Amino acid sequence: MRLAICAGPATTGKTAVLRHVARKLLSLGHKVAFLKIDVQYAEEDEQLAAELGIPTRKVYSGELCPDHCSVMVLGDALAWAAAAGADVLLVETAGLCLRCAPYVDGGLGLIVMEATSGMNLPLKVGPMLSLADLAVVTKIDRVSQAEREVFRARIGEVAPRVKVREVNALHGIGIDPIVEEVLAAPLAFEGMQLRGNPPVGTCTICVGKKDIGWQSHFGVVRPLDNQTFYRGE
Amino acid sequence: MIERITVTTGHGRNGEADGMERLELRMGDVVSIVGPTGSGKTTLINDIELFADGDTPSGRRVLIDGARPPAEYRHDPARHPIALITQHTTFLSDLPVGLFLSTHAKIRCTVASGAVDLVEESLAFANQLTGEPIEAHSRMTELSGGQTRALLIADAAIICSTPIVLLDEVENAGIHRTRAIELLRRYRKIFIFVTHDPRIALLSDYRVVMKNGRITAVLHTDEAERIFAVKVSRLDDAMSDLRDRLRHGMRLDGTELRGLA
Repeated sequence: MRLAICAGPATTGKTAVLRHVARKLLSLGHKVAFLKIDVQYAEEDEQLAAELGIPTRKVYSGELCPDHCSVMVLGDALAWAAAAGADVLLVETAGLCLRCAPYVDGGLGLIVMEATSGMNLPLKVGPMLSLADLAVVTKIDRVSQAEREVFRARIGEVAPRVKVREVNALHGIGIDPIVEEVLAAPLAFEGMQLRGNPPVGTCTICVGKKDIGWQSHFGVVRPLDNQTFYRGE
Repeated sequence: MIERITVTTGHGRNGEADGMERLELRMGDVVSIVGPTGSGKTTLINDIELFADGDTPSGRRVLIDGARPPAEYRHDPARHPIALITQHTTFLSDLPVGLFLSTHAKIRCTVASGAVDLVEESLAFANQLTGEPIEAHSRMTELSGGQTRALLIADAAIICSTPIVLLDEVENAGIHRTRAIELLRRYRKIFIFVTHDPRIALLSDYRVVMKNGRITAVLHTDEAERIFAVKVSRLDDAMSDLRDRLRHGMRLDGTELRGLA
């Protein structure tokens, strides 16, 4: 099974990119399955099933972080995709907390970012970018050449080994190189691991202590003046 | 350094072949693409941007210096040959102009003084295209439509590394077009105007004519057209003079057009 896990901020065009990738894979004779992981609402699974006639599923992560939810369900999802006759599984997740990334060691890690979200976005998204194999930049026709070039250079600063591909997802321009990467990625295997290290610790707020001010908390605490933090990978 | 880009013969929507042997774009050329809406201008541009290899709807191939470009040209956005300025292109950053330009220039220059020179050159260029001067401390989002276009063009010509700059229908932007083309000719790039404007078309070295998705002709601006271009520019100036008078609340009586035969 080929596996591609796609992350990226909301509304960047992840689904639009994956739709074109799926269509191209189908035209090459592959059988594609699609899994959407979101926190509380998603309808991309229904859209893609209706448009492309492929097996799709969604899972709501709810109280779990979507990246962690992906770790939980990915084994089941690969078995489901195989049972559905697919040889490529595309997973779309909602990258949210910017402290870890959903990519695994067997398959392609793909981040979708929009050029319109500002030249400094690559500096802000952390391991979601630095642990990816491929950074796909969308909405390139909407920004000046200058911002496009600076955006690309910023990706290179944060993640020099990550390949950059620019697409116009509306018109499906620039999709072929992404499909090539999906098909060239290592196969999924038993005993896969998450690529990066998850962030440390659960804080007292996570377990229900709602008092304002660090003095009311213990374990992972943060006064305003303490700016030493765990950056992750 | 790229010397020329060749577009080989493809075909239009109904399968009829392009009406030229091959289209050669040489460094320093100023080219217009003309044709009605839906005639295939965007497809031609996409072919160039994607380094088409017989794999786009037109079947055209794009060669660099006579040879098929290597695969990384097709995949690596840093190798895309075209800087694109469309009517929709804009700046999103809300930085002072000088800081914005130097951010861009710094990714091009390893020496800081080089970046400073590029910024000054770009600002001086832009200010020749627009009537309202752009200051280094102006914020990007405060620029007028004309100032924005002028700066986009200056940045693409001077700071961008792409060998081709494409200007898609910039005639409506309120910039000095004759001056723009004079200035652009100083830079060794290929400038392609997608245009409906006779003034721009006649100031180009040649124009590619499109219809039904195919290239029907490549017309080189001949001597008669070069002479006529002066008249077209006068007519065009008279029209913008009329617009200015209208804006300033004046009555129009036709005296503005005296001297135009």
